[in-house]
Amino acid sequence: MSQKNKGSNADLLNRREVLKGLATVPVLGLFFIKLWQKLRLDKLKKSNLLQDLIAENKAPSIVKEIGNNDHLRVGVVGYGGRGGHLTRGLGFATPGWTSNASERAKNNKLDKAFETFMSQTDLNCSLVGVCDLFDVRAELGIEASKNEIRSGGKAKETAVRYKHYTDLVTSKDIDAVIIATPDHWHSRVAIAAAKAGKHVYCEKGLTRTFDETIELYDTVKETGITFQLGHQNRQVEAYEQAKKIINQGLLGPINLVQLTTNRNSPGGAWVWGIDPKGNSKTIDWETFQEPSPNKIPFGEEALRRFFRWRCWYDYGTGLSGDLFSHDFDQINQIMGLGIPKYASSSGGIYYYKDGRDVPDVWNATLEYPDKDLTVLYSATLSSLNSRGNRIMGHDATMQIGGESNSGALGGFIVKADPYSTRYKDRLEKGVINSKYPIYSYAPGSKQIDGITSATSQYFANKGLLYTYRDGKRVDSTHLHVKDWLDSIRSKTLPSCNIEEALHEGVTCHMATESYLQGRRIEWDPVNRTLV
Amino acid sequence: MKIDLMKNDTYSESQLTGLVILRLLIGWHFLYEGISKIINPYWSSAAYLLDSKWILSSLAKTIVANSTILSFTDFINMWGLTLVGLSLLLGLFSRYGALVGMGFVLLYYLFAPPFIGLEYGRPGEGSYILVNKNLIEAFALYVLYLFPSSQYIGIDRLIHSSQSNSLGDK
Repeated sequence: MSQKNKGSNADLLNRREVLKGLATVPVLGLFFIKLWQKLRLDKLKKSNLLQDLIAENKAPSIVKEIGNNDHLRVGVVGYGGRGGHLTRGLGFATPGWTSNASERAKNNKLDKAFETFMSQTDLNCSLVGVCDLFDVRAELGIEASKNEIRSGGKAKETAVRYKHYTDLVTSKDIDAVIIATPDHWHSRVAIAAAKAGKHVYCEKGLTRTFDETIELYDTVKETGITFQLGHQNRQVEAYEQAKKIINQGLLGPINLVQLTTNRNSPGGAWVWGIDPKGNSKTIDWETFQEPSPNKIPFGEEALRRFFRWRCWYDYGTGLSGDLFSHDFDQINQIMGLGIPKYASSSGGIYYYKDGRDVPDVWNATLEYPDKDLTVLYSATLSSLNSRGNRIMGHDATMQIGGESNSGALGGFIVKADPYSTRYKDRLEKGVINSKYPIYSYAPGSKQIDGITSATSQYFANKGLLYTYRDGKRVDSTHLHVKDWLDSIRSKTLPSCNIEEALHEGVTCHMATESYLQGRRIEWDPVNRTLV
Repeated sequence: MKIDLMKNDTYSESQLTGLVILRLLIGWHFLYEGISKIINPYWSSAAYLLDSKWILSSLAKTIVANSTILSFTDFINMWGLTLVGLSLLLGLFSRYGALVGMGFVLLYYLFAPPFIGLEYGRPGEGSYILVNKNLIEAFALYVLYLFPSSQYIGIDRLIHSSQSNSLGDK
């Protein structure tokens, strides 16, 4: 009896022990019930947003992978800042650049420029020709062709210097030509290269004048060469995602697009350094100014013009060809707009009164009556209040770049409009809120870059410096050059081919002509003229 | 002197209740912080680390600069927070859980202390000078370490009880 009592007391004690031991387990149960409820609500919310639209959580792999067995011999005409970047995209950097970049990476662990360069795909090509009117730059190009610090190691061939571009483009040792001269030389070099059967990669803006644009277009079509215009934004993954969203009509009717440029530094306003080695012996000034309407003798003014050529209409088209061209091509890539019916523009030289003749504040309006659309471009070189680009639909707005509520925006966000028809029910039910994005795209959100100067920050925000593939940072210029070489080998059209180039060239010249002539410009697509 | 861990004679009932509730609240917080990071494929400690100021900022940059170290740091955070949360909630090895948890939040404090003159990119959710919620949570965990409760309420009780039973058998 007493034994039995003892046993049941012990049982009771044990049961109490177990109860106290597991007393908090129900709290864990409650936790998981709450977690499940939260996840279910998140999922419901997400399905009401656009998140499920882009199913893939992963970035696409490095563009089209095609055999690059054919070794290509590339020549570069114009080895300035941009020429240097383009040849780095090919895989050739000067020893000065590689040692500087690796030094920077040592001092700033977040500076990934060297790592990005070294992990580029070897494009199986050689830089075999360099043509530049400034001896110092030409020599740098030749040094770059010999530099073995690159993925793929020593190149098959190295570069020789061509004094004149005609010798380079007609050389039998060259298969393809990169043109990174000032704009006033683009069409001459490109047309000569195309006529000699060389494939062409030409920097933007396409040309200096409207007539050059049409002539270049016709030559490329006649010769059938592979032509790529240097809008590397074509390789930016974010814009391909943006295109999907627009194509599905998720913004509703779009009647207004706003494109902007904001810069506020001398470098951003083309007040570039004048090389102390530049003089009448090292610079072929007469050849440089040959295609420009106004000629001046060599001297200090000529040096300024040689190194800061974007400030004068004699050599380029200022904001139009340099920066509006990028934003126009971005929106043409996303929305497939083509050439507008009308363009008008205005502006002035309000801040940089340094003798330039191109405006530093400039606004252009493009009209597409058949698409019920106006595209507004607004640029200033004296304020960094970054506005980003906006595609404004009746149902939602897509904001690309600029500042969002949570800081600088590298990718894009889509916000529903409070008076949207499409999202009316969901806005009323509260499942979507017009204050918060219904879709956001942040490229490489797990990646960190150390972007230094204000101008490189400007380009990075527009996706013009880097894009992401499989979560890895890649130089979009490298991808764009690769796209061109791949297209040459596979005889396909590159992403910014001559048709896209025509849209850019004509549109930019319509806007430029409007500023210069002080009137609205109309495009006549039948006669291919500006009215 | 042997302390009888089986008997609740160290704390009054209300003291024990208070300690257990504190343990559960902090455990709950840690567990959700951990799990929310595990289920979010885009989560990374990088943004927090990049905003780091004061003595640990260069260490933070070293971590962020190397993707392997960064992934490792992310992994430790996600699972560390989750395990500490489970330990405190269930009362399993809770003293160690409290100590490890204190280590975590003290590190968060030191990577971004609310000192005068340090400006942070991300907006704060409160107003702090020297003392912030991380510091308070760290010392709350220190209290939980000094005043353990899991040997009374928690799985640790069962472990102790089976250990003392086997001692008693001898």
